[in-house]
Amino acid sequence: MNGPLLFLPLIPLVPFVGFLLNGLLGRRLPKALVSTIALVAPLISFLIVVHAAFLVWSGTIALPAVEQGAPEWISIGSLHVNFGSVLDPLSLVMLLIVTGVGFLIHIYSVGYMHEEEGYWRYFAYLNLFLFFMTVLVQAGNALVMFVGWEGVGLASYLLIGFWFQKTSAADAGKKAFIVNRIGDFGFLIGLFLLLANFGTLTFNEIASKIAASPAMTGGVLTAIALCLLVGATGKSAQLPLYVWLPDAMEGPTPVSALIHAATMVTAGVYMIARTHFIFDRSPFALSVVAIVGAATAIFAATIGLVQTDIKRVLAYSTVSQLGYMFLGCGVAAYSAAIFHLMTHAFFKALLFLAAGSVIHALGGEQDMRKMGGLRKKIPITFWTMSAAVFAIAGFPPLAAFFSKDAILYEAFQHGSLGKLLWFVGITTALLTSIYMFRLWYLTFFSESRDSQAHPHESSWLMLGPLVILALLSIGGGWIGMDRFGAFLAPVLGPTTDPSTAPGGKQLDLILSGLAVAVALLGLLIADRVYRRKAAIPPQDLASMPASYRLLANKYYVDEIYGFAIVKPILALSKYLLEWVVDVAILGGIAWLLAGIAMLGGAILQRWQSGNLRSYAAWLALGAAVLLAFVLAPYVFGANGINLFGAGH
Amino acid sequence: MNSLHLVQQEVPLTWYLLLSAVLFCLGVVGFLIKRNLITVFMSIELMLNAVNLSFVTFAHQWHQVRGQIFVFFVMMVAAAEAAVGLAIIIAVFRARATLAVDRIDLMKL
Repeated sequence: MNGPLLFLPLIPLVPFVGFLLNGLLGRRLPKALVSTIALVAPLISFLIVVHAAFLVWSGTIALPAVEQGAPEWISIGSLHVNFGSVLDPLSLVMLLIVTGVGFLIHIYSVGYMHEEEGYWRYFAYLNLFLFFMTVLVQAGNALVMFVGWEGVGLASYLLIGFWFQKTSAADAGKKAFIVNRIGDFGFLIGLFLLLANFGTLTFNEIASKIAASPAMTGGVLTAIALCLLVGATGKSAQLPLYVWLPDAMEGPTPVSALIHAATMVTAGVYMIARTHFIFDRSPFALSVVAIVGAATAIFAATIGLVQTDIKRVLAYSTVSQLGYMFLGCGVAAYSAAIFHLMTHAFFKALLFLAAGSVIHALGGEQDMRKMGGLRKKIPITFWTMSAAVFAIAGFPPLAAFFSKDAILYEAFQHGSLGKLLWFVGITTALLTSIYMFRLWYLTFFSESRDSQAHPHESSWLMLGPLVILALLSIGGGWIGMDRFGAFLAPVLGPTTDPSTAPGGKQLDLILSGLAVAVALLGLLIADRVYRRKAAIPPQDLASMPASYRLLANKYYVDEIYGFAIVKPILALSKYLLEWVVDVAILGGIAWLLAGIAMLGGAILQRWQSGNLRSYAAWLALGAAVLLAFVLAPYVFGANGINLFGAGH
Repeated sequence: MNSLHLVQQEVPLTWYLLLSAVLFCLGVVGFLIKRNLITVFMSIELMLNAVNLSFVTFAHQWHQVRGQIFVFFVMMVAAAEAAVGLAIIIAVFRARATLAVDRIDLMKL
């Protein structure tokens, strides 16, 4: 490209170098150097992105900027795949989130992970994650995106299982990886279908080919969209593949903040937005996206109501908020979904980091039943977390109010299905408000329920990112949906602007008012139950009503999956694959071949006696046979010479 | 000279060749069944000389000198072989304190 240099390829490569340095040498390097490498790499990436953003803002470069002359990866016939980065409004927003929030969480991690054994390993993985995530975001074609997609899954697996000596952590890592593989399978099928039908995997070319044939709707596009959706539900923890995300909380808390809240899990939303031109042509697939999103949102929110582990509440909250984003995508409000993705990245990262600060303060305690009264003890954590709690609940003028409002408004405009989706969304907003304030009250208010605890405020390495993220959670929405949508419009298409649509302004006001009312209602309910009555979730579930037990046990989804899927697969693997195929058939063939070879060897080795005379005997025998063979015609033949005769 | 000529007439080619074959077979059998390395070695010499006999027989029959020359070659090789072979036998005996061939089976791993 002409004009100023953007250094786009360096955005992923610098963290990769950080990964190599820390991963290969980190064990021998001093901690300070490991931290420096780990922090400088994302900082450089972030600065490059900021530089690009500044150039865009000042009008020096026009978007989209496609990197020219990028190295080619695959070239078979008419199929060309290269590593070219694409910078358009969508990827720019996403890169700012990923590298910016990522950098903050790196800083936080230096404080949080200071005492850990595998300090260097942790930062190597974290940089590796950033590498793959930026590859995913920058990818100009679906195959490179898939590489990043798989890579972030790998980094996620490694970081969930960071404390691999703990069985539960190792299991959670495996669960995350396997469930994601199921989703990736759908993604791959989608890629194959794209390749078969369009002969290319480059997003721009697919988009222009679809645009060139207006008659093309449904059918194969629906199939592709649904396959991609399967991939997205795996990565973004939607029904029915959400089960890995709550377990992923076994990883270190900053990892939960970065990977399992702010960035990686939003990759599914990003992918749908990136391929929206396919979804746009398939109303059916869009409806499925919206329904999956809405169902996940309310489903996870209800589970979040009764969880007692502070990180699990946030995990279900993440699943629920991702459901919102899917809901937004499903009503073709991609800009609103990305808007919510951005604000969610701020406040959910903040929630997790603040929760990490609470856990840190209490020496590793995650059970909210043993917290309480922390407001005075750790005031900075309290105030920053409050900002995030009020933001996610949807109080104006905090960030999530604007983004949630945009999604709900768009959903409401979306026909009769949209009204239902809106209703589910607003109910979820109520539930969100309840469980977030429940967490808030249980953690910070009333008196400490654990006399052993001596909470202490965290270091500024951890509080600094909290404060910055708190400011972003407060002000991140002020950019406004209309300006944000206008910026993304070249990629995602125009958004409906409430201020220009007929009756839009009033409707928007009414809907916003309802949303705020619902958030307030949630605050009041939580206040009544958890502050005034000071109700503590019980240890013993037997005394609770059946519905509470159903929620506390997460609708028994893990048990149902275990019974309906895992057990049959295990049985199939054990009885059919292991015993029949492996032991009987493959093992049998191997033993048969080995037996033949051994038998042959046993016979042949008798010749190999090492005894010179036996060799000579065989030699003599051979010579005799050969001689007899040569001479036989002469001895017995009609025209042979008679050796014993008188000669001629 | 005349009587010699008569004898020559009376002993046909076949007899020489049969003698050669018998000697050769004796050499082979000796090589195969004897246990002592020196006897085995002598059996080899016997085989070589059996071949020599057939060489001279044919040379005489066809009135050509080539066969005779070959015999000299064989004798020369046999002499060299005897020198090397005996040296090896002595070395083997020093190392193993036996000359029984079925004890000297180093060719087997």
